Amino acid sequence: MESQAVAAIRAEGLKKTYPGGVKALDGLSFAVAPGTVYALLGPNGAGKSTAVKVLTTLTQADAGEAVVAGLDVRRRGAEVRRMIGCVAQKSGVDANATGRENLRLQGRFYGMRGVELERRIDELLARFRLAEFADKISRTFSGGMQRKLDIAMGLIHRPAVLFLDEPTTGLDPEARSSLWNEISWLAGESGITILLTTHYLEEADKLAGRVGIVDRGRLVAEGTPEGLKSELQGDAVQVEFGEPQKEAAVRAALERVAGIGEIVVESQAVHARAQHGASAAPAILSALDQAGLRAMAVRIARPSLDDVYLHYTGRSFQEADAQLPMAGGKR
Amino acid sequence: MKLIRDSLYMTQRHLMALWRQPFWIVFMLVQPVIWLALYGQLFRRVVELPGFHTTSYVSFLMPGVVVTNALFAGGWQGMGIIADLERGIIDRFLLTPVSRPAIIAGRILSLCVGGGVQSLILIGLGFVMGARYGSPWIGLPLLVAASMLMMAAFGALSNAMALMVRKEESVIGASNMLLLPMTFLSPIYMAKALMPEWMQKAAMANPVTWAVESGREALEAAPDWGRVIVRLMTLGAFTVLSLWVATRAFRAYQRSV
Ligand SMILES: Nc1ncnc2c1ncn2[C@@H]1O[C@H](COP(=O)(O)OP(=O)(O)OP(=O)(O)O)[C@@H](O)[C@H]1O
Ligand SMILES: [Mg+2]
Repeated sequence: MESQAVAAIRAEGLKKTYPGGVKALDGLSFAVAPGTVYALLGPNGAGKSTAVKVLTTLTQADAGEAVVAGLDVRRRGAEVRRMIGCVAQKSGVDANATGRENLRLQGRFYGMRGVELERRIDELLARFRLAEFADKISRTFSGGMQRKLDIAMGLIHRPAVLFLDEPTTGLDPEARSSLWNEISWLAGESGITILLTTHYLEEADKLAGRVGIVDRGRLVAEGTPEGLKSELQGDAVQVEFGEPQKEAAVRAALERVAGIGEIVVESQAVHARAQHGASAAPAILSALDQAGLRAMAVRIARPSLDDVYLHYTGRSFQEADAQLPMAGGKR
Repeated sequence: MKLIRDSLYMTQRHLMALWRQPFWIVFMLVQPVIWLALYGQLFRRVVELPGFHTTSYVSFLMPGVVVTNALFAGGWQGMGIIADLERGIIDRFLLTPVSRPAIIAGRILSLCVGGGVQSLILIGLGFVMGARYGSPWIGLPLLVAASMLMMAAFGALSNAMALMVRKEESVIGASNMLLLPMTFLSPIYMAKALMPEWMQKAAMANPVTWAVESGREALEAAPDWGRVIVRLMTLGAFTVLSLWVATRAFRAYQRSV
């Protein structure tokens, strides 16, 4: 891992047991390279929020080590807090204040003042399309607007590392995709490092460069979304022919291609599993071509992160979520 | 200093919220005004008994109502921090470099400002109803100061309890159970000399007594300054202790996140 030395976030063997014996973290380790987006993916009660709380100094781990922006979280908490922004799972908007007042108070805690602060507030209000509502009491904001205000508050002091704990949970699809655009923009333009936790496989897939799957307080799998998917048995490859072909000929042609297995020949099509579908496709086509078999269409079905989750935890995502219906409610 | 600056920003936040619900300030005053008007009429003639150093019951009652109002304003303050805890606002503050004590200090300061205004309104009403004093120019500021110490002390204790139980119902229950008896175990409505022996003893240990007696004494034409100072100092010490309890409770909350 080339990112180890200069990681923006590094967690090593984090453990935390809450009073009452709930093991929220059980040896969690991962690292996030600067300027990248990393998603912690896991069901209710997996320990995602606890991990965020430890990394943002809100709570302390019982064991293990965490470094954020080059600073030890336990020993240099005050410095860490100046370097990070955090949007907690629960919105922290003050409903009795206006959007602008929320941002102003937040900025003041970081020592920002006067024109500099007001300019930054206007910039963020415009950035998150909240300018129109800036001076309205935020009680009247929609869920999506409150979430944007949360993120704007987390960014007021231009942090180097941003934590987003389930930023889109509870939002309608439209608000979610709008927030996804904002997060993608942040990640792309500003060079900030983002740690994001989510329940949504789709969200991790869309936003994150790397994904860590958390289950019962530890990391069970990690990689790029693509890498995780290709670590599965492989992709489903399906080739269709324009006319019926002889099974023996098709089989003989495909067996010469490396990394191909589970070949099932039908009269006008063949199914197989490829280690890596995208790179296997041209080889399959040229092998078929050499054998004089003309393909009409090739389809490669990638495994979803859902399959990955199933593979590593032995449970499907929905199942795992359903097992702990109360976990998220406890505080 | 960051503590002072952040406390003032927090105070501003709370006062702004209060300002937006002016109806609430009026609403809060309904009860003390009723005490002043109703008890003032009901007990008008008790001053004929020995033990009251005045011939006007309203004059006797007004400092008591100011202190009672302060007690209740402080005692209910914990409700606000529970709302902030539930909305995740306290945790958001903790994620910033904000000075930790400012989170509590801002609440107490805003309470003293808002409650101080209420004290002034009640004093004004008392005068309208006929209350008169020997040395109002020294006495009234001291009465307001004593009421603010009461608010700070009970505000701190109420916040401390709220941080520990974190349930509105518990704060409501405890406040109802404690606050009202405290007003009766003190010389708010009745001269201390006229209380049963055991009640006098209980009243001596009651911060309400310290506040109301220091206020009344300071309003006399020739105050016994020893009495005033001892009571104010005791009240001050109690306030400091309460503030310390509140910061401990806040640390305990931080550990439990
Ligand atoms: N303050 C707390 N006190 C006691 N137990 C807690 C506390 N916070 C979390 N837990 C428990 O620790 C476990 C992990 O919780 P955590 O909030 O980290 O999970 P999560 O992955 O964020 O879940 P969700 O997706 O529901 O947000 C859960 O069983 C939860 O009930
Ligand atoms: Mg969570």
